[in-house]
Amino acid sequence: MTETKTITQREQQLVEVKKDFPILKREVNGHPLIYLDNAATTQKPQGVINALTEYYSSYNSNIHRGVHTLANEATEAFEKTRNTAAGFINSKVDELVLTKGTTESINLVARTWGEKSISKDDVILVGGAEHHSNIVPWQLLSDRVGCKVRPVKIKEEGVLDLEDLRFQLSENVKLVAVNLISNSLGTINPVKEVGRLAKEFGAKVLIDGAQAAPHMKIDVQDLDCHFLAFSGHKMYGPTGVGFLFGKSEILNSIPPFQGGGEMIKEVSFEGTSYLDPPLKFEAGTPNIADVIAMQPAFELIQKVGFEKISEMEKELIRYSRERMASIPGLKEFGTSQSKTALFSFIVDGVHSFDLGQLLDAKGIAVRTGHHCTMPLMDSLGIEGTVRASFGIYNTVKDAEYLWDQVERIQSKYGSA
Amino acid sequence: MEVLDQIESIQKEIVEDFSLFEGNKEQSIEYIMDLGMELDTLPEEFHRDEFLIKGCQSKVWLVASLDENGAVVFQSDSNTALTKGLISLLMRVYSGQQPQAILRSEPWFLKEIGMDQLVGTQRSNGLTAMIKRISDYAGSFDKENG
Ligand SMILES: Cc1ncc(COP(=O)(O)O)c(C=O)c1O
Repeated sequence: MTETKTITQREQQLVEVKKDFPILKREVNGHPLIYLDNAATTQKPQGVINALTEYYSSYNSNIHRGVHTLANEATEAFEKTRNTAAGFINSKVDELVLTKGTTESINLVARTWGEKSISKDDVILVGGAEHHSNIVPWQLLSDRVGCKVRPVKIKEEGVLDLEDLRFQLSENVKLVAVNLISNSLGTINPVKEVGRLAKEFGAKVLIDGAQAAPHMKIDVQDLDCHFLAFSGHKMYGPTGVGFLFGKSEILNSIPPFQGGGEMIKEVSFEGTSYLDPPLKFEAGTPNIADVIAMQPAFELIQKVGFEKISEMEKELIRYSRERMASIPGLKEFGTSQSKTALFSFIVDGVHSFDLGQLLDAKGIAVRTGHHCTMPLMDSLGIEGTVRASFGIYNTVKDAEYLWDQVERIQSKYGSA
Repeated sequence: MEVLDQIESIQKEIVEDFSLFEGNKEQSIEYIMDLGMELDTLPEEFHRDEFLIKGCQSKVWLVASLDENGAVVFQSDSNTALTKGLISLLMRVYSGQQPQAILRSEPWFLKEIGMDQLVGTQRSNGLTAMIKRISDYAGSFDKENG
């Protein structure tokens, strides 16, 4: 009884959060939109939308170099987001580089630190369930410097196999690049343990935090990682904003990424000098508006708090697993206990594309396919899955509707 | 000329079938799925790369032959039921028609039904690739027929 009551209270709070997101009021194919593709990108609250309009209507200006009032206001708002982001992951402000997304953050590391520190006989280990954006930049680096890129196995339940990591680590391994949460499975990797093991061999650690950032507290001091990348658009913020944390001593010692304005101290044909990090890595006019509009997104996550987010997700996981277990022919991937509210599954006899399309007809948005993790799908021996990923505004009611529909479709078209 | 009319009238029939759903996406899609479930599967021996159509999100195999009357007979299959439903519609329109008639026809029924919105752009692109292959087959048979 008391349990039901606390759940209802939590649901009520989520309903309040949901009200902040105008898009969630729309209908799709004659049904209220149930948006469960949050791992791809999240919806945006009114605060974020307002911040964009407000910037363009009242203080649009280029930053970091003007003396006029608008320039000062814009610079201040822009740097405020950087400050907030640094606080969000417990880094120093000058360790926080603004990029356009996780992809650019990882490419930046590969281009700068990678080209300076990696050579022919070196090895880069990447997790077996990485997003293509944490694989391809390393392969491109390998094309340039001749290093090897090797996958670390994933265990049956969808988390990194530490035994295999231990087995593959050697003095030649210069970097271990893994995600904190898998975008295809929702499983949480033991990245702290990865860091400890890597350290024994002097390897650096890059964490792809794209999926983790909206779901759990990330503390770069605690994780003791060298790099962390994440994207604003997966955290209820605008597209085109990303973050890269790099340890000070590394950022200070590596070459710039791109060259241009904003990143220089002095330019002459005798020699050019650069600003200190993070601006050294931010050539050209940045995505000012979207960076500024990221601030209310951070505030929203902080207002709800990771404790509540995690409580709600536990409830969604418990409920969804119960429902999944009772649907004939449904197979879940990423069965680890340690995971977020992201469910990756297939149903015997119903192709995932079809399932996705039938759910869409009922107003439910899910993702189908390989989720930009083709090597993982190969290792699971499947072409793809249906992925339902929950966000801050999704309730158990949403999950109930989803599983009711999957159940109905299975009984009509499934072969189990 | 009479043969071309057949393709036209089948297209009209299909549009009429779909008009029953009054634009309801769910019913339209489930109808296409049902057509797919009913379509005969292609024998495994034809599930070969040479029959595979590139540009489809799902796997689609399409085989064609000429019957004794010089009409093109298509057989096709896919690994997803919804795509099989789409194939079933194309078979209804094109299979058993003369190469010339196929070449002169336009698949206007797809637009009329609003297939783009129903199945999404990716699948719609796949459909275009299928129709292209159908007309390629018709083109080469037309040459053979002289
Ligand atoms: C785990 C993971 N890494 C990286 C990315 C790439 O992020 P972005 O497209 O924002 O650069 C994604 C996004 O899908 C992701 O889920």
